[in-house]
Amino acid sequence: MSPNIIEFEHFSFTYRSQQEPTLRDITLSIAAGEKVLIAGPSGSGKSTLAHCLNGLIPFVHEGASDGRLTVKGRNPRELSIAAVSEMVGTVLQDPDGQFVGLTVGEDIAFGLENREVPLAEMNRRVTAAAAAVGIEELLGASPQELSGGQKQKTMLAGVLALNTDILLFDEPLASLDPASGAQVIEWIDRIAQETGKTVILVEHRLEEVLHRPVDRIIVMEDGRIVADFSPAQLLASEVLAGAGLREPLYLSALKYAGCTITEEMQPQHPDKLQLGEKQLTGLREWQASRAGSRSCPAYPPLLELQEITFGYGKEGPVLQQVSFTAGRGEMLCIAGRNGAGKSTLSRLICGLYKPDSGRILLNGRDIGRDSIRERAQHIGYVMQNPNHMLSKHLLHDEIALGLRLRGFGEEEIRERVRKTLQICGLLPFREWPVSALSYGQKKRVTIASILVLEPEILILDEPTAGQDYGSYHEMMEFLLELQQRRITVIIITHDMHLMLEYAQRTVVLSGGRKLADGRPEHVLADKQIADSANLRETSLYSLARRAGFTEPEEFVRRYIDDDRRRRP
Amino acid sequence: MRARMLTFTRQDSPVHRLNGAAKLIIFILWSVSAMITYDTRCLLAMLLLSLAAFRMSRVKFGDYAVVLYVILLFLVLNQMAIFVFSPLEGTRIYGTRHELVHLAGRYTVTAEQLFYQLNVALKYAVVIPLAILFLLTTDPGEFAASLNRIGVNYKIAYAVSLALRYIPDIQRDYEQISFSAQARGIDISRREKLPKRIKNMISILTPLILSSIERIERISAAMELRGFGTGRRRTWFRSKPFTFGDWVAVGSVCAIVAVSAVITFYDGSRFYSIF
Repeated sequence: MSPNIIEFEHFSFTYRSQQEPTLRDITLSIAAGEKVLIAGPSGSGKSTLAHCLNGLIPFVHEGASDGRLTVKGRNPRELSIAAVSEMVGTVLQDPDGQFVGLTVGEDIAFGLENREVPLAEMNRRVTAAAAAVGIEELLGASPQELSGGQKQKTMLAGVLALNTDILLFDEPLASLDPASGAQVIEWIDRIAQETGKTVILVEHRLEEVLHRPVDRIIVMEDGRIVADFSPAQLLASEVLAGAGLREPLYLSALKYAGCTITEEMQPQHPDKLQLGEKQLTGLREWQASRAGSRSCPAYPPLLELQEITFGYGKEGPVLQQVSFTAGRGEMLCIAGRNGAGKSTLSRLICGLYKPDSGRILLNGRDIGRDSIRERAQHIGYVMQNPNHMLSKHLLHDEIALGLRLRGFGEEEIRERVRKTLQICGLLPFREWPVSALSYGQKKRVTIASILVLEPEILILDEPTAGQDYGSYHEMMEFLLELQQRRITVIIITHDMHLMLEYAQRTVVLSGGRKLADGRPEHVLADKQIADSANLRETSLYSLARRAGFTEPEEFVRRYIDDDRRRRP
Repeated sequence: MRARMLTFTRQDSPVHRLNGAAKLIIFILWSVSAMITYDTRCLLAMLLLSLAAFRMSRVKFGDYAVVLYVILLFLVLNQMAIFVFSPLEGTRIYGTRHELVHLAGRYTVTAEQLFYQLNVALKYAVVIPLAILFLLTTDPGEFAASLNRIGVNYKIAYAVSLALRYIPDIQRDYEQISFSAQARGIDISRREKLPKRIKNMISILTPLILSSIERIERISAAMELRGFGTGRRRTWFRSKPFTFGDWVAVGSVCAIVAVSAVITFYDGSRFYSIF
C-alpha cells in the first residue's frame, strides 16, 4: 500500500443536475499525518472535493465521476456512506444543522450509538473526547445554552470519539466570531499533533487558519487545483490575488509599503516573519509618508439612544443604560459576544419591544410611541439569512411587497421598484424567480426590498457572514454606495476586516452595557475591549510592534488610508 | 423568554429516578386500564394512587398550569357534548330511570346520567396526572431510548428526539421572520381584516417552511455522515438499565391493573351500578 492515505488521479466530477463538471482533472495525494488546507472562493469546487472524501458524494449528492480516487486504498464509491465515515470524520460549517443531540453528551455519543457501541464503553469514549477539546463541564448542556464555538467543539469531540484516521473540516470558521475561530484552530492543531491524524481543512479564510501551521495549501479555482504549495511558497507567490482569496493583512501592509514578499521571510505567520533592514526602512518610510490626518467628517446626529434599559420579564436587564448616536450618512458597527444584547438593541430601535426606560430619538423627535410599521418608514432592518425574508416568487413582487402593503398606486410602485433595482444592480434580473438567484444576490434582494421604502437608516445583521472575499467585497462596496447616498448604515457584526476597512465607528457591547464607542482601529487596539467582544487583535498590530512602532494605532490608520485609496 | 410548558426539569424524586421505559409502560397500562373500566370503586382507588404519585414527584404547579387548564376546558366541553348528544346514555347503560329535573323535549336530567358522566370525568382524572407526570419527569433524551426499548423502530423513536431538539430553533426562526415581516409592514395582528391577515400569515409561513425544509436536508446529510440509519439497531447513550425499583413499580402497576380488571368484569358488565 502506498504511504498516501488519500489519492486523486485525474479525478473529475459532474453533479447530476449540471452540465459542466464541478471538479476537473484533480490529481492530488495526501500522506498520512499531514495537515492540509484546501482554499478557494465559493464555487471553486473545494466543498465538492471534501464531499467526495466523506461520502456525501456519491451517496447523498449524486453525479458522475471520472478518474481514480482512493481513501486508505479503497474507492469510496464501492463502499457505503457509513463505511466511509469509519475512515473520515467530518465537521461541517453549520453547527446548528449537525448538532442533533439534546445535550452535548448525547451529541458526542451520536456516532457511537449508531455503531452500536455498548453503554459502558460509550460513556468512557464520550468523556475522553469531551476532555480532549475542553468541554467536559458542558456534557449536560443543551445546544440553546452554547455559544457557536462551544457547539463547534462538540462537533469536534463527536468525530474524535469515533477515532477515524482522517479528520475533515468543511469551513469550520464560517459561523464563528474571531476569538472562537482562533480557539477552534488551536484545538484542531493540538489534536493533530497529539493523535497524528490526517487533518484536512477546507476554508477560504487563509489568515485565520494560518494562526496555527499547516503543511500544505491547495488552492482551487473553477474546479481545478491551481497551486499546491507550502504556506510560505504560496504567500510569496501571486496565486492568491488571482484566485479571489484575501491575503493576510500584515502582508498587504508590507506590500503597500513597497516590500516584496519572499519565501525566506517566513511570511506564514506574523510572529515568525523575518523583517530585514530593507523591510523595516520601507515600513518606516511608508508610515512617515502619510498624507496628513484623514479628515473625519462630522455627521449630523440622526438616531439617538439615550440611556436605554431593557429586560425580558424577570430575567434581569439585557441592556443597561446604553446610549449612542448614529449620524446621518455614517457607517457604524455594533460588536459584542453572543448574548451581549446586539440583536435586542436592533429590535428596540425597530420598535418590536419598548425599552423599560430611556428614550430613542430620530431627528430629535422621540419615537417611543411609534409602531413598528411607522418606524419602518425611517428604519429598515435586514436579517442575516436572506431566505428568512423572501416570500414571493418573482423578484419584482418581492421588492414591491412593502409598497403594496402601504397602499401605493401600481404606477408609483413600478417606478420606485425600478429605481431601487437600478441602485442595487439587480435590474437585469427583475423578471427572474427569486429562487434562481445566488446567495449574494438574494442578500441584495432583501436589502432592495427594504431600500424601496426609502429608509434613512439601514440596520444589517451580519451582512457578510458566510461569504467569500469576492462577495464580501461586492457587498461592502454596495453598502458604501448607499452610505454615499446619505443613508445611515448600522451593521451588527464581528467581522474585523469590515470594521477596519469600511466603518467610521464601532460600538462594543458587553454584558448589556456599552463598553466602547470610537474609531475601529482605536477600539480594536485595546486588548481588553477586543477580548470582551470575542474579537482579536489584528495582525497589523503584531506587524507594527515587530517593526518597533510605538503607536501601532497610527500604523493601522495608515494602512486603512492606503487601503481605501487603492480600492477601485 | 416565553413561558416553558410541559418541559422536563431536572429534579430528584422517586418519580424522576424511575427509568423512562418503565414510566412509559406504566403510563400505557394505566391509561388502557382506566379506559376499560367504568367501575367507580376502581377509578377512585386509581385516582388516589395517581394523586399520590403526583405528590411524590414534587413537580411545580407553574410547569403544567396552562396545560391543566386546557385539559379541564376540554373535559367540560366533553361533558356538555355527552349530555347534548345522548342525554339518556346513563339510563340505557344502567337500565333504570330516576328523573331529577325535566329541562325541555328529550332533555331530562337523570341520576343515572349524572353517575355515568361522573365516571367519565373520573377516567380523565385518573389519566391526566400520570400523563403530565410522564412528560414533566422524563428526560427527552431518555424518552427516545425508552420508545426504542418497548419495540418502536429506532428511526421513529429518534424522530421524536429530533423534534424536541429543533422545536426551539424553529420557534426562534419564526420570531425572527415575523419580526422582519412586521418591520416591512406585514401586519398579522387583529388590526388587519381576516382575509388580509391570512394572506400576511402566508408571507411569514412561506420563508419559515422553505428554511425548515432546507434545515431538514442539512440535518439528514449530517446524520448520514455520522452513520445514522445503516445498522439494524443502535445503542443509546441515555438509556438506563432497569433497577429493582423499576421492576417493583412496573410489577405493582401490573397487579393494580389486574385487580381492577377482575373487579370490573367480575359480574359480567364493565359498568358498576349503584342503582
